[in-house]
Amino acid sequence: MRYLPHTETDRKAMLDAIGVASIDDLFTDVPEAARQDGLIDLPRKQTELSVERAMFAMASKNISASSAPFFVGAGAYKHHIPSTVDHLIQRSEFLTAYTPYQPEISQGTLQTLFEFQTQVAQLTGMDVANASMYDGSTACAEAVMMAARVTKRNKAVMAGSVHPHYVEATKTLAKYSEVDVVRTEPGLGGLDAVAELIADDVACIVVQTPDVFGQLHDLRSISEAAHAKGVLVIAVFTEAVALGLVEAPGAMGADIAVGEGQSIGVGLNFGGPYVGLFACKDDRRFIRQMPGRLAGETVDADGRRGFVLTLSTREQHIRRDKATSNICTNSGLCALAWTIHMTLLGEKGLKQLAQINHETACDLADALDEIDGVEVLNDAFFNEFALRLPKNAAEVVDDLAKVGVLGGVPASRLFPGQFDDVLLVAATETNTEEDIAIFAKALKGVL
Amino acid sequence: MGMNTQGRPTRMAENISTGGYAETTSGSKGLDQAEALIYERGSVEQTGVDLPDVKGRKTRLGGLERQSKLGMPGLSEPETMRHYVRLSRKNYAIDLGLYPLGSCTMKHNPRLNEKMARLPGFADVHPMQPASTVQGAYQVIGELAHWLMTLCGMPGVAMSPKAGAHGEFCGMMAIRAKLDADGQTHRRRVLVPESAHGTNPATAVQCGFTVDEIPADETGRVDMEAFKAKLGDDVAGIMLTNPNTCGLFERDIREIADLIHEAGGYFYCDGANFNAIVGRVRPGDLGVDAMHINLHKTFSTPHGGGGPGSGPTVLSEALAAHAPVPFVVQKGESWELVEHEADAEGEPFGRMAAFHGQMGMFTRALTYMMSHGSDGLKQVAEDAVLNANYIQARLSHVMTVAFEGTCMHEALFDDRFLADTGVTTLDFAKAMIDEGYHPMTMYFPLVVHGAMLIEPTETESRSGLDRFIETLEALALAAKAGETERFQAAPVHAPTKRLDETKAARQPILRWTPSNEPEMEAAE
Amino acid sequence: MTTRFTEDHEWITVDGDIATVGITAYAAEQLGDVVFVELPDVGKQVKKGDEFAVVESVKAASEVYAPVDGEIVEINDGLDGEPAKVNEAPLGDGWFVKFKLADASQLEGLMDEAAYNAHIA
Repeated sequence: MRYLPHTETDRKAMLDAIGVASIDDLFTDVPEAARQDGLIDLPRKQTELSVERAMFAMASKNISASSAPFFVGAGAYKHHIPSTVDHLIQRSEFLTAYTPYQPEISQGTLQTLFEFQTQVAQLTGMDVANASMYDGSTACAEAVMMAARVTKRNKAVMAGSVHPHYVEATKTLAKYSEVDVVRTEPGLGGLDAVAELIADDVACIVVQTPDVFGQLHDLRSISEAAHAKGVLVIAVFTEAVALGLVEAPGAMGADIAVGEGQSIGVGLNFGGPYVGLFACKDDRRFIRQMPGRLAGETVDADGRRGFVLTLSTREQHIRRDKATSNICTNSGLCALAWTIHMTLLGEKGLKQLAQINHETACDLADALDEIDGVEVLNDAFFNEFALRLPKNAAEVVDDLAKVGVLGGVPASRLFPGQFDDVLLVAATETNTEEDIAIFAKALKGVL
Repeated sequence: MGMNTQGRPTRMAENISTGGYAETTSGSKGLDQAEALIYERGSVEQTGVDLPDVKGRKTRLGGLERQSKLGMPGLSEPETMRHYVRLSRKNYAIDLGLYPLGSCTMKHNPRLNEKMARLPGFADVHPMQPASTVQGAYQVIGELAHWLMTLCGMPGVAMSPKAGAHGEFCGMMAIRAKLDADGQTHRRRVLVPESAHGTNPATAVQCGFTVDEIPADETGRVDMEAFKAKLGDDVAGIMLTNPNTCGLFERDIREIADLIHEAGGYFYCDGANFNAIVGRVRPGDLGVDAMHINLHKTFSTPHGGGGPGSGPTVLSEALAAHAPVPFVVQKGESWELVEHEADAEGEPFGRMAAFHGQMGMFTRALTYMMSHGSDGLKQVAEDAVLNANYIQARLSHVMTVAFEGTCMHEALFDDRFLADTGVTTLDFAKAMIDEGYHPMTMYFPLVVHGAMLIEPTETESRSGLDRFIETLEALALAAKAGETERFQAAPVHAPTKRLDETKAARQPILRWTPSNEPEMEAAE
Repeated sequence: MTTRFTEDHEWITVDGDIATVGITAYAAEQLGDVVFVELPDVGKQVKKGDEFAVVESVKAASEVYAPVDGEIVEINDGLDGEPAKVNEAPLGDGWFVKFKLADASQLEGLMDEAAYNAHIA
């Protein structure tokens, strides 16, 4: 087998050195009843070529985003990734390294994480960020638990316009904790229903902008109302590119900003792995309660600058049952892809990219709004918006797929039994004018 | 004769000593090049991407244009390439050498996995595309689920957990859901051996349980008498790593499983060390009810400097109905995705995360499994155990083995062999860095003093192991010979000298700010 | 004014009905470099044996238990920026909190210096 270096001669010599007669002698602690005689009933080893054939056959059953006019968003977005990114993350020293527990031989990972943390803090308008979370939804869930620890309160109010997967992931994490998570009625309105629930016993409110319907929200007044009652504001985003054009959560009063970083550097990957961004205000109270890994600056024995993982006493391997979270890993390689892409963009490129996304979405909204019976529901959006259709959106999406157009996500897929006639569509820099024309024509055709 | 005297000298001048020039003007040392932060290199006016011009059309942002400062510099493409390539060279990696981190299973990461994961049909597919356009993606999830359930001898598997600890959470949530569904709401105590990974107690608490620690016996395994004494009708279950964190197989595991079941609890197995038994032992045959599988350990998906991981969690008949959404089901020729609790036949305990799991890891792990097959995977376990025992056997004369007898996939040493040398486990580990090796896991498990946990994995050759063993032998002898300073000063050949972690924790600097002095220059 | 000690390595010095509490030099030495001390809010009522503070070193996080019942009347703000004081002067500048004693008789059960030194020997 190509991944196993030993020859039978090696194995024999090594068994001799150990002083046992056969490999079975090393498995004698396994209860006899559980020893597997022979092989488990699965296919035998295969050559590289035959594995490739099998995987290729499965891959070819999927329609890839780049092979069709593509307008799907709802929490994951198709963006162009510079080829430099994938080349660099495949460097052996990044790809095949472990968590940087030995900082003297992990400065590559640690410095990039330090830069990543800084970029995330700047993008979100916050003071500090951690070294990433599994994804946006788990970052959101962890933020709620953190807010409860910081405020010593046990109630979280989530807006109905937060991505339902994020709400479900949060409710699941909080399910057997003391934290009670409530969600306001989903819809395209403002945040009034959330504002009404702000009270002295609430740990945090969770609001998303752009929200799951693509609608933008000004968080300033609700943040003020929350802070007046000692309630923390958690701002969620699923499209990080938006922050190149839209006001940052930190500038609108958020105490914790969490979101999905997938749209920068990571790619679609059918839903994962992605990279959760987690940032907060610089408050000692907050930083001690922050989940996940943190890279920090220090000096070596010669006084030279270097980086280490720090504040790890918050973490499970030291705190055990008193840890801030059970999280052990971050999303290292995706965070690396994110930071490389962001470094290539710089704020100049990011702003331009965000502007192009918005303009493309505006063009798309104009084109679709013209279709009889189709209505754009948002008054403010970035690169995604909701459409009301004159028929069932799920059927429309299936019909569009039949004519080779991937035309968005029916809102009912996220909110079962609700919004049957609402379609969520996203546009990015990857959509051409021709894509938009094809989509508009196809949509007209299936209605 | 036409004599050209301007040619290049081909050797050094005579009588030149090369010592004593440790410092350089630039801070670089040959191929080990100093690299500043992007914030000290780039400019906010620079970008490394070319984008089409903006049209300048009227925005529909509702007046929410960003007013706050960004301050993020950009780098051109060549500068970006150089920044990250230079930084990469400051990292150790499995592709550079043996990476003996116990409990982490740093094995070779086949590049076929990478190639397959990047097929556009997998990498460039959106999780919310219509089912008819992603049948192959659902199939990958289904096929991988089949391999995992078969290898584990378990009837269910939750595919969505995003890492090992997330899988632990999944398994313990399933146990909690099952207990609650059966009205066993008084069962809130979870037994956890004191040698367990820190994630175990942290997870139990997240699921609303209390943690009760079980001591280890003198053989490094669960103390059966202490375990039995802790059973009672408030016990929800046990979380046990097997092979355990001392690298030993829990001989009494079947009895433990039977007793916990008789007591009305469930058996959560931490699958971090599945590599030792894959293809040879099915956890289902050991009485396990739930076990997460770290695809990035046993099934070779890259660790990427700390993730992403992936932690599918196999479940017994009793727990399978409580698996979280979403999951795929095969209906005839086609695959369907069950996304909502209301659409599931069982009673899912909830949703772990957005979308459907770590697809990019699934494609890599499935590629790896198909490459090995059931015969190759069995050989994986055997060679992993063989390699660890070879190291233990050959080093036992100079280092102290923590527990007598053979081990499984990792060899555990304690620091008795360093007694009275003035060298600590940390010093010893740092000296390994100077020898070109990544250190082993140190100070874990907590039950062993100055623990050194070595997991070579199956992908190390005999000659590679021999070199490693000879290096450790020499280091152990040097420590005993009183070369204490060499250890205490280590590392001296790494990109940095030993880093001050106390300073980092006492005065946390967690980001660059314009006022951060680039101290590197001061050192030059 | 005498200093008394607990088996869990806290010290307590009483002046009138106000007790100053910290961790012992032995504990500070065992923990290694202290990097953060989490202190309670002033006004908090604690019972003997309650966890009232957490001391974090680079390698461990440890709970600190109240040696007696009482109300927290003052905390050592100086530890926030300089946790190193716990290592440098555990019985001096490295104190943690001041209690208003609820029941002075609880002091009876604690060790004097000689007994504590024997305890850690």
